[in-house]
Amino acid sequence: MHINTGDTAWILASTALVLLMTPGLALFYGGMVRAKNVLGMIMQNFAAIGVVSLVWVWVTYSLAFGPDWGGHGLIGTFHFFGLANIEGNPPGYSLTIPHVLFMAFQMMFAIITPALITGASADRLKFGAFILFITVWSVIVYAPVAHWVFDPNGWLFKRGAEDFAGGTVVHINAGVAGLAVALVVGRRKGWPKKAMPPHNVPMILLGAGLLWFGWFGFNAGSALGANLLASNAFVNTNTAAAAAMLSWLLVEKLRDGKPTTLGAASGAVAGLVAITPACGYVNVVGATLIGLAAGALCALAVRLKYLVKLDDALDVGGVHFIGGVVGALLIGFLGTKAIGGVNGVFHGGGFGLLGEQALAVTVVAAYSFIVSWLLAMAIHKTIGFRISEEQEEEGMDTTLHAETAYEFSPSFGSGR
Amino acid sequence: MKLIVAVIKPFKLDAVKDALTEVGLHGITVSEVQGFGRQKGHTEVYRGAEYQVDFIPKVRIELVVPDDRVAEATDKIVEAARTDKIGDGKIWVLPVEEAIRIRTGERGDDAL
Repeated sequence: MHINTGDTAWILASTALVLLMTPGLALFYGGMVRAKNVLGMIMQNFAAIGVVSLVWVWVTYSLAFGPDWGGHGLIGTFHFFGLANIEGNPPGYSLTIPHVLFMAFQMMFAIITPALITGASADRLKFGAFILFITVWSVIVYAPVAHWVFDPNGWLFKRGAEDFAGGTVVHINAGVAGLAVALVVGRRKGWPKKAMPPHNVPMILLGAGLLWFGWFGFNAGSALGANLLASNAFVNTNTAAAAAMLSWLLVEKLRDGKPTTLGAASGAVAGLVAITPACGYVNVVGATLIGLAAGALCALAVRLKYLVKLDDALDVGGVHFIGGVVGALLIGFLGTKAIGGVNGVFHGGGFGLLGEQALAVTVVAAYSFIVSWLLAMAIHKTIGFRISEEQEEEGMDTTLHAETAYEFSPSFGSGR
Repeated sequence: MKLIVAVIKPFKLDAVKDALTEVGLHGITVSEVQGFGRQKGHTEVYRGAEYQVDFIPKVRIELVVPDDRVAEATDKIVEAARTDKIGDGKIWVLPVEEAIRIRTGERGDDAL
């Protein structure tokens, strides 16, 4: 195995970029919740970093990318448990970066995926129960799905499903898992009648900026090398984000009368989500179309939760699930082997790719939703998943963490 | 002595402060408040969800003046704070039982 220093340097950087996305997500979501809950939200995201950093190196890296158990393409073995035997290439891969770096890079994806779920269940989860949920979820949902789609021996990978950086593994997966958790824990008190506007919009935009920046590592880093493929993925990523931001703003202007900064941030994220699976398989025309479609469709989709009365607080379903589906399916049309992968419908490849994309999307969404729902239910019915009504009224920050986020007033004694 | 409470539009604070200090009425306390009378609020939209915000930011000014200067003070405030548009605010005048200067212990009009 030959280690290339350029590739390794880039993937080292990408690994750090992707890690930065989780604090970025914490700010993106944090700004959207009410001030009394901002620390609760940030805490859940930082906790995901803590929990998954350990669970991944000890258990789930092996399950996701370890030698395939039984040849079924469903799950890896414990061969890499605690990073034992982690030399040479990961099974099925021929890399120019150290194996341990590949593991670390993948870890950052494993971290942010459960962190995304926090947006759906915002303002109402018990902290200990949340830690338990993401620990078990990493093992029984993230690891298998990553194995099916990312691992060259995974059954969906072998069927030809294309997911360059995790549109299915990360976004569709987290999107439906978020919906499942929101369904189990129920609606927030007062939702949807009571106004719960974002408490810090600049924080949302800061988070979105960090996400956009980090996403270059997420997408271009998934080329696993410093090369043309990474460069194309980079350009596609930026293009889709920009296109989606503008199409979301257009929908807002037409539907609501004014374009908003929250809309700009949300649109950019929707575009980034949608281009995630496609960034190594489409050209810039494809990236533009994917971005325009994702921005518009997600802007419309965020209203659906009101129709079904599901309190997906921060639109994890509307942005990550819908955005992920848009990107995954459009690969079936816009995929071009000139960039990577096989040709989709518009490049003369027929409907084969689209079929595999649809299958992968459906299987992952169904599996994640069902298992996440069962896990959430098991927790909810035993130790309880939701905070009490009094805690919800007062807010998570003081009741769960004994902290207040903002102490702007110098009055009220104690020199505070 | 009377306590004059005036709720005015925030951007008028400097004008009112200057008008009062120009006639030697020093010493006011200012706080940021929200309220509404006939002035309507505004609508905010977040991801397509509309919120009607009824309360409008205002500034409350309080000052205690000797009885013989009440009319002058309120006239000055009205003149400085008026924009002829809905939402200009209101003034209330209340009787004050006692005033004390903390540093010296002076009471009554000497404290003002």
